[in-house]
Amino acid sequence: MRYGSLRAALAVGAALLAIAPASATDLEVTHWWTSGGEAAAVAELAKAFDATGNHWIDGAIAGSGGTARPIMISRITGGDPMGATQFNHGRQAEELVQAGLMRDLTDLANKEKWTEIIRPKSLLDSCTIDGKIYCAPVNIHSWQWLWLSNAAFEKAGVPVPKNWDEFVAAAPALEKAGIVPLAVGGQPWQATGAFDVLMVAIADKDVFMKVFGDKDEEVAAGPEMAKVFKAADDARRMSKGTNVQDWNQATNMVITGKAGGQIMGDWAQGEFQVAGQVAGKDYTCLPGLGVNEIISTGGDAFYFPRLKDEEKSKAQEVLASTLLNPTTQVAFNLKKGSLPVRGDVDLNAANDCMKKGLDILAKGNVIASTDQLLSQDSQKQKEDLFSEFFANPNLTPEEAQKRFAQIISSAD
Amino acid sequence: MRDEIARRPTKLWRNLNAKIASIPMVLTAVFVFAGGTAWTVLYSFTNSKLLPRLNFIGLTQYERLWETPRWHVAIENLLVYGSLSLVFQLVIGFLLAALLDQKIRFEDTFRTIFLYPFALSFIVTGLVWQWLLNPDYGVQSVVRSLGWESFSFDPLYNSEIVIYGILIAALWQGTGLVMCLMLAGLRGIDEDIWKAARVDGIPMWKTYLFIIIPMMRPVFITTLVIIASGIVRVYDLVVAQTSGGPGIASEVPAKYVYDYMFFAQNLGQGFAASTMMLLSVMIVVVPWAYLEFGRRRHG
Repeated sequence: MRYGSLRAALAVGAALLAIAPASATDLEVTHWWTSGGEAAAVAELAKAFDATGNHWIDGAIAGSGGTARPIMISRITGGDPMGATQFNHGRQAEELVQAGLMRDLTDLANKEKWTEIIRPKSLLDSCTIDGKIYCAPVNIHSWQWLWLSNAAFEKAGVPVPKNWDEFVAAAPALEKAGIVPLAVGGQPWQATGAFDVLMVAIADKDVFMKVFGDKDEEVAAGPEMAKVFKAADDARRMSKGTNVQDWNQATNMVITGKAGGQIMGDWAQGEFQVAGQVAGKDYTCLPGLGVNEIISTGGDAFYFPRLKDEEKSKAQEVLASTLLNPTTQVAFNLKKGSLPVRGDVDLNAANDCMKKGLDILAKGNVIASTDQLLSQDSQKQKEDLFSEFFANPNLTPEEAQKRFAQIISSAD
Repeated sequence: MRDEIARRPTKLWRNLNAKIASIPMVLTAVFVFAGGTAWTVLYSFTNSKLLPRLNFIGLTQYERLWETPRWHVAIENLLVYGSLSLVFQLVIGFLLAALLDQKIRFEDTFRTIFLYPFALSFIVTGLVWQWLLNPDYGVQSVVRSLGWESFSFDPLYNSEIVIYGILIAALWQGTGLVMCLMLAGLRGIDEDIWKAARVDGIPMWKTYLFIIIPMMRPVFITTLVIIASGIVRVYDLVVAQTSGGPGIASEVPAKYVYDYMFFAQNLGQGFAASTMMLLSVMIVVVPWAYLEFGRRRHG
């Protein structure tokens, strides 16, 4: 039945194409997927879209979301919109939607019953503003993973840790073997992300939701958070000597055994895959740092700027339904290392780590991502704080917590 | 000039072609520069987020700005970087020019070599120096491979001295231009002055210090303006070399403006920061312009 509705959607797409002149419509799609694993994944999307008779023009912007988003936004606000663009769904494109610059996809979504097929529900909620749907989610990415290099621990002569505490305890042995225990790249979002992960693991889901969801200043300044800052202090000590900038360079340190581990989202998995490593044998993954097995359900979504060109608008619809097509979902997510947004697809080919993630997702142990909860402004302030915290050992955990509480109190 | 126009309005029609030709530039100056500046200042008092909105909130953006540790770091870095790069560029540039002015052989070759870095963009300069100063690949590893095992030189990875790492790259890039300007100034000095000084038995360094440099005043002022404007807008060099790191240790005001306008989607905060930058430039430029042009009119 579900496949039936899909076929119907494809038929509609084909019909739209039949109405349009025979020539294929070019649609420029911008995104920031440029690392090895990501590029392989995005090629799957392009292939699927080209198969509908249209043409995917790849507008990859290197340098991760921080660099790419300003370029995308200024193109949209500046009157030179692309055909479709990636954002992390949540609040990043909120104002663009409110300003009427984004296309309303509600009709298409109703026709294809997105509300029924997309899970968890929060994904589509993040695309919904005032009851209208503005984006097509393509994957679920969770931050709460600790990736460990089995080779590094073997070299240091300690067993591969099963949770965060064991990892901290193993750090001196790693250092003695000339291995950086924890790789944290220099890009500001990496330090912030690692902190948020520690927060879910060391404190718990409630604290996370109270601080970022309700912006509760007292909890942010409280004893539970003090423990998290203490753990962040450990992480800071363990990350000394990383000396790389990009997240995939840091992941590469884990792949080559130069670093013991990395706290990074499941997109790191794509890198392990490209390097030909096998989960469980060459590397180990601990969701929720092996403490609280909870994952956040942020992710990537495609937004479609309002276009004047009618043919392109039609091609946008075709692209949106292609992105949610079960076959595309599987092909894309296997390469990307993320989880599909539909629960009804077959993921037998998934590796151990992805299966762990799917399990947690099925149990419903999920939280919203900070992209969904906080504005970009608060996110940036948080990034400034944690990139300073991780680089400057003179900034005490207590002082950092005070500043953290301030950011939360002024967050919107 | 303006006084004269007021007295004799007929002069308005002199050089009419030239005046008509300059209308586009005048309009650009008024609407784009002045208008854009006024618009920015106005919106810095609003709570504009991703898109500009006229919703006034008073000085809140400025209060937040001055409470932000990152802004303090940025200002401090700008002061250190600015004063040192101003002094070193002038001194080194002048010394190089004076040395080249000694009628040495292969002057053209040297001049080309010194000016060459200026042909590179700040981004390229930044990347080149990022590699040179990288402890694993650059200077440190070369010296270590020569036998000095404990040699340590990694300014870009040390919060305390990172701004000096950026300064080195800036000097490397900018000094050549200063040298060329200075050389042009030196060449503009009449040979007879040198001869007269020599006849009077004045030592060379004294001639430079008390005769030549005062005579080169216009050249120095031009150079000063060029260097100073380069300092205030330093951005790309930092982005290419450290992207503000480690942590926030090498942040500069221009980067704060960019990050908060486009990354944090908080236009109001970015406008407030850029207004502060404008204000600091005004504090330096206005008294100077007043002295410079005010005096000339009366003199």
